[in-house]
Amino acid sequence: MLSKKNKEALFNPLSKDNPVLVQILGICSSLAVTASLEPAIVMGISVIAVLAFSNVIISFLRKTVPTNIRIIVQLVVVAALVIIVQQILTAYQYDVSKKLSVFIGLIITNCILMGRLEAFAMHNSPWPSFLDGIGNGLGYTIILVIVAFFRELLGSGTLLGFHVIPQWCYDHGYMDNGLMILPPMALITLGCIIWFHRARNKDLQEQ
Amino acid sequence: MNKNSNIYQILYAAVMVLLVGTVLAFIYMALKPKQNENIANDTRKQILSALHIAAAGDAQVKETYEKYVIQDLLVDKDGNVVDSASNVAFDVQMKKNVKLPVAERQLPVMKCRLDDGSIKYVLPVYGAGLWGPIWGYIAVNDDGNTIYGANFSHEGETPGLGARIAEQPFQDEFVDKHLFVEGAFKSVAVLKKGQKATNGAEQIDALTGATITSRGVSDMMADCLAPYEAFLKKLQGTAPAVEPSLEPAAIEQVTDDNQPE
Repeated sequence: MLSKKNKEALFNPLSKDNPVLVQILGICSSLAVTASLEPAIVMGISVIAVLAFSNVIISFLRKTVPTNIRIIVQLVVVAALVIIVQQILTAYQYDVSKKLSVFIGLIITNCILMGRLEAFAMHNSPWPSFLDGIGNGLGYTIILVIVAFFRELLGSGTLLGFHVIPQWCYDHGYMDNGLMILPPMALITLGCIIWFHRARNKDLQEQ
Repeated sequence: MNKNSNIYQILYAAVMVLLVGTVLAFIYMALKPKQNENIANDTRKQILSALHIAAAGDAQVKETYEKYVIQDLLVDKDGNVVDSASNVAFDVQMKKNVKLPVAERQLPVMKCRLDDGSIKYVLPVYGAGLWGPIWGYIAVNDDGNTIYGANFSHEGETPGLGARIAEQPFQDEFVDKHLFVEGAFKSVAVLKKGQKATNGAEQIDALTGATITSRGVSDMMADCLAPYEAFLKKLQGTAPAVEPSLEPAAIEQVTDDNQPE
């Protein structure tokens, strides 16, 4: 079930081969949806679902797909899954779907997806492809959650909508930093995480 | 079979698209009722918010709405009630409605009774912001003049700038403003600090960095509320004495109104 290769497919993207931190993919959405935790988590789960299932479907189809139109086939599969996710969210998580607005639709353009389909699912059987999708989706989600954690905490003083910074801090002159809510601080937060990550992983550093 | 032959590629693409299309159509049909309910509940929430009422939870929105909104009315431009079937005002499609000439528009009114027994009238407004439509609900006291509360929503205004029309501080500025000045309908103007409304309307501060959205709110209020003039006047207990004069006559000195309250 979990051979060494499969384990690598599942766990490498979490840190050593993280799609956001190392491959710098999917930056746009990680800046846009991380102003608070809830949309970040929902976005993460959506990407995991779309990525895992599109990987599996493409992996099943990989021997039949004509080379010339393989990108189109991949796009159709991804687009269909994204629309399904969007429809389900509008039906069962309306408020979150309103917050995420266009970004769910833009999962289609998330480079992580096309990257994994081209690089992995087209050459591997369904089970490793599924694990690879879950792994990369998780790697993306972890970063989203970390960025959103700091932005919501410092920007609004809340986590998942609950006030966590005690009132006496405000009474003593503490103020929420409105800049954290804006996209530039997401980029800076992400930069700090990449910095920290590289400092800890010597083998990622260029000579 | 040759995977790169044209026939194979075309057939492959056609079959795939057909399959995907069918699946999506089924999912759309299956989830549509649930989605429509969500959208309706969202609208109810906005209307309740104009009345300063927060529903306890998503499940209670409909219940709360039906508790407070006691009657749906459609009025005409002379202020007469033309229809009062249930949900008749709620179901009006404002998007289509505002495109019609004023005389042909349906004028929905939601009559509400609050916990303290006071009667409020909620009037929907719909207009254009910078990037897309903006809309809102204005709750008016039973004096037909004073704004009790306002709620604005937008489809895609700039976060941090135009999107702030959907935030409480901006909406609260409308509270206690008057739609009529000295008996004439003036709406409420949204203007930059230091500007004065040419028609003498009461005004509130525009949002910094969101000139077009602020103007959109101002225009939307004027455009959508003006047809209610006769209706509001009836509420005031004064029959429309003279036709509303359109020229900006009698610009009275507006007192220091652009201080935020």
